[in-house]
Amino acid sequence: MKCQQCEKPATFHITELTGSAPQELHFCEGCAKTYLLQNDGSEPGDSSEIVKVLGGQVKLGKAAEELAKLDQRACPKCGMTFYEFRNQGRLGCPHDYSFFERELVPLIMNIHGEAKHVGKRPRGEAPDIDAQTELIRLRKELDEAVKKEKYERASQLRDEIRLIQQRPLAAAGDKSAADLPPQSSAPNEGETGSSAED
Amino acid sequence: MISIKLDELATRCGEWLRGQGPQSEIVISSRIRLARNLASFPFIRRCSDSDRVAIDKTFREAIGSVPAWKDLAYYNVAELPQIDRQFLVERQLISRELCEAQGARSVFLDAQETYSLMINEEDHLRMQVMHSGLDLESAWDQISQMDDWLADRVSFAFHNRLGYLTACPTNVGTGMRVSVMLHLPALVITQQIEKVFRSLAKMGLAVRGLYGEGSQAMGDFYQISNQITLGRSEEDLIKQVAEVIPVIIDYENQSRAFLIKESRKDLHDRVSRAFGILCTAQTISSEETLHLLSSVRMGIYLGLIKDLEIPTINKLFIHTQPAHLQKLRGVPLETADRNVERAIYLQDHLRRRDNGGAMGQN
Repeated sequence: MKCQQCEKPATFHITELTGSAPQELHFCEGCAKTYLLQNDGSEPGDSSEIVKVLGGQVKLGKAAEELAKLDQRACPKCGMTFYEFRNQGRLGCPHDYSFFERELVPLIMNIHGEAKHVGKRPRGEAPDIDAQTELIRLRKELDEAVKKEKYERASQLRDEIRLIQQRPLAAAGDKSAADLPPQSSAPNEGETGSSAED
Repeated sequence: MISIKLDELATRCGEWLRGQGPQSEIVISSRIRLARNLASFPFIRRCSDSDRVAIDKTFREAIGSVPAWKDLAYYNVAELPQIDRQFLVERQLISRELCEAQGARSVFLDAQETYSLMINEEDHLRMQVMHSGLDLESAWDQISQMDDWLADRVSFAFHNRLGYLTACPTNVGTGMRVSVMLHLPALVITQQIEKVFRSLAKMGLAVRGLYGEGSQAMGDFYQISNQITLGRSEEDLIKQVAEVIPVIIDYENQSRAFLIKESRKDLHDRVSRAFGILCTAQTISSEETLHLLSSVRMGIYLGLIKDLEIPTINKLFIHTQPAHLQKLRGVPLETADRNVERAIYLQDHLRRRDNGGAMGQN
């Protein structure tokens, strides 16, 4: 990928989230600096933010090929690719935060200056988020099965969806008794915990 | 669940323009909103039509089962006529995003208009509490309680380290936006407002116009809100906004005192002319109306206009907006006709009280 200002290869990839629509920018090192200095004049407090994003992007991006590869990664639950996120500035489903955590943490750090929630938590027992986000994948698959007229598969999927929805704590409904969550070997921490510890 | 006729709402004023509560001469309202998403659906932009319908249904059932909410009014925003949607935006009960979006979406409101629950906005659920004057603490207690009631009934998308998950990473964590709406005409006249904004930006606070993101600062109204949503507790974020408000109020009061001291005649002239135009114009746009009402509002506070009260002006701010005017008149009106009707409405409400005495006796 070439720098959008000159002929040099683009090594800095910036996603501007400040305007009304997210904007993608690709620069060589020299042009990136010029861009950042320009921004410095107009919006105080903004430039440091971009520099930080930039630092993060460089750390994770390094080369254009690597970024291209990353762009193709798709969330197994909702199907959103990293490329789509970079273009739209909005995530596809709750699972994206776990699936793209390593890439998101630098961005989140840049926006909030922190990457750890210290505020309120849902009261009561934590619902099994993985089972819940699995519904996103199942519904999507169900839609496709119906479209392709694979009715046997569709009915299978419908049963699976119903099963998850009927679990007492996770799904809707009053907490009448001390219902225990269904047996689940992996509490929601497990999967998401692996990636972004730096 | 009941459905209040929107035409009935039109004659009333709603909580945020009641003009009471702490510091209400300068602080119009205090608002807190929370963004929440169901764990079992994609975020809104990736939802299919049937997803949106299912989300709407899930929340309708959950909200319907909360005993304290059995009297909430429910509006299917997707099926409301454009003018009704605009009407709800003008009252700040729904966002422009919810007004203009496509597909299944709805809102729940309480009769006093102190809170609303928007379904299928940028996030699956956006709930907000609005109180008159500077009153963030009780607004937080109220919305946190609402949040708890819903968390007992549905599974919100919550991540152990990142908190409440939102469609845009700028809202992740608490999902909370705290906004205080201020009326700052003297800071605008003395051209100090930019300086105030710059210091607020350095503190990580955002400034927006009357109708939120991207809207102009109409009628010298500004909303101050937190920029970040992650890494600090809700109480801390509220405190950060709450602590800066008295400072801004102080600046505004100093600017007003300065204007009175240094250019009393000019200020009095500006306020009186504004009042004169509002009382006598034959056709007037909503923008000019907001601008002039702003001067009059300050004039009342400074004692330059007698026999008129701030809540009356607050009411006129909202009643002269396009959708409200049409609701109050009971007929749809084109822009030119609206401008005539607006002038008549203003005359009726400003002149009538003492045969123009407030205007002439200086």
